[in-house]
Amino acid sequence: MGYYDEVLSKIKDFPFDAFLKEVTTRDVLSSLDREHLNAEDFLRLLSPAAANVMEEMAKRAYALTVRNFGRVVLLFTPLYLADFCDNYCLYCGFSARNPFPRRKLTLDEVEAEAKVIAQTELKHILILTGESRQETPPSYIADCVEVLKRYFSSISIEVYPLTVEEYGFLVSQGVDGLTIYQEVYDEETYAYVHPAGPKRDYHFRLDAPERGCRAGMRTVTVGPLLGLAPWQREVFFAALHADYLQRKYPWVEVSLSFPRLRPHLGNFMPEFPVDDRSFVQIIVASRLFLPRVGITVSTREKAEFRDHLPPLGVTKMSAWSSTEVGGRLNPHKTPPQFEISDERKVEEIKVSLYGRGYQPVFKDWHML
Amino acid sequence: MKDTLIVGGLEMENRLIIGTGKFPNYRLMEEAIRRSGAQVVTIALRRIDFDSREENILNYIPKGCILMPNTSGARNADEAVRIARIARAAGCGNWVKIEVITDQRYLMPDNEETIKATRILAREGFAVFPYMNPDLIVAKRLKEAGAAAVMPLGSPIGSNRGLKTREMIKILINEIDLPIIVDAGIGRPSEAAEAMEMGAAAVLVNTAIATARDPVAMAQAFSLGVKAGRQAYLAGLAATKEFAEASSPLTGFLGR
Repeated sequence: MGYYDEVLSKIKDFPFDAFLKEVTTRDVLSSLDREHLNAEDFLRLLSPAAANVMEEMAKRAYALTVRNFGRVVLLFTPLYLADFCDNYCLYCGFSARNPFPRRKLTLDEVEAEAKVIAQTELKHILILTGESRQETPPSYIADCVEVLKRYFSSISIEVYPLTVEEYGFLVSQGVDGLTIYQEVYDEETYAYVHPAGPKRDYHFRLDAPERGCRAGMRTVTVGPLLGLAPWQREVFFAALHADYLQRKYPWVEVSLSFPRLRPHLGNFMPEFPVDDRSFVQIIVASRLFLPRVGITVSTREKAEFRDHLPPLGVTKMSAWSSTEVGGRLNPHKTPPQFEISDERKVEEIKVSLYGRGYQPVFKDWHML
Repeated sequence: MKDTLIVGGLEMENRLIIGTGKFPNYRLMEEAIRRSGAQVVTIALRRIDFDSREENILNYIPKGCILMPNTSGARNADEAVRIARIARAAGCGNWVKIEVITDQRYLMPDNEETIKATRILAREGFAVFPYMNPDLIVAKRLKEAGAAAVMPLGSPIGSNRGLKTREMIKILINEIDLPIIVDAGIGRPSEAAEAMEMGAAAVLVNTAIATARDPVAMAQAFSLGVKAGRQAYLAGLAATKEFAEASSPLTGFLGR
């Protein structure tokens, strides 16, 4: 039993479109007045009618966020270790279909990148690889962690799905966080955008966050890649996934993230683009449904837009990102996984947050 | 006579303890602590960046303040113990507030793991301040385990709902021979005053100060509330009768 059997299979065929169309502004306001929102209330907040009362939703989301998290935003940065990949995801620059010389960082290169990142005040790092058990097996990731431990107080992974034992091994090596996006919860779309490679296994990926929880991860982040399927459903399934994990593994800090598809090498265009207004609706609705859940926003979003998000519910942001392997020291050697939008340095983001009355937090865990 | 609280081997005149999370910046936090006159502050070890030049919270704690590092982030007794040891080894003193939270939805403390951690750390010479869900039996076990004080929650952390656990806290104050420090949930200075009127030894406030529009002014207001409540308690409020007093004694006819 897992999220699919216990929750998703029961709701995936719900007539979402008909329901969302019928929701009235009044329904939304009555859901907003409830102290604890249930799944149906949450779905109402994702309706077109809710978009008309966004300011009301935002005010409540703001109050809840400040109360539960204060005026602080955790900053972290991604480090791409390798771009070898056996998958053919239509939306990704690292797709095996794209012919470019792949590379992975040597441990010396990992250390060099770590040093330059550590010169900023960043203490939380998120390491990424493509899916290649041959080139970047868990043992390689563990070796990198061993190096990074000397520079960072929290290390999270965003790699291909692993088994409980493998996650447990990485936890024992010093990893404390797991980010893994289902990309798309809709099964048909999932099969379409993942035409070949190990990622075709929908269920192995869907259950990965739960395996991470069981293996002792402290923080687990889930989410959909927005743009691949109608966002209301995708956001609903992702938030219920977070809710499921939080209830079943209450000691784990569960977070949500809603990356929007960005331009990348290849010519795939999102069929269901999400505009800024809808993106904000997603953030505030998620905050209201899950008051304690972390919400992450990456540098996929524009600087100016990102600056407005912490009061609405966002609690973590990436900073000074590079989506190329070793991109900070040797940029433009290989293509990026996708293009980033907020290219500000850590110092600039810091100044901007302070200017808006928010404290950037660089350290929120101390490796034990 | 000076009214001081002696706890953990130290003496406190000001009975407001301030939590350091959630402030918009450290300068404001520093000013709030300073102006409130608080002598004890609690800091999450997970947030202390010992390597940082400007972002080290310790640089913003007014001189003379007693540090009470807390084990925020601990999911069991073992992690709480390790966090406490790291804090002491890093020079944060031997006070520790134990927070073991195994529920991220309401941030409820895990009383059982808290007792375990208290026992281990008290044995290692820490002054242990366990944050707990108010329960008389648990409080007794914490005392046996060597706690320096007991810190019951007034209502869920960050909820600003006040003393929802009032009756349970009263029982702890009556029955436990340790300072009872009300921690979590206090949203207003009047609620801090009420806790002190009831006989609490001190109160710990974070969210209500840190997220106020003017945290410095709010910290001062809380300090005044705590002082007023304490003075009322000392002035005899605690002697308020639970039963009405008849104008002539009910048993006067019995003679002497």
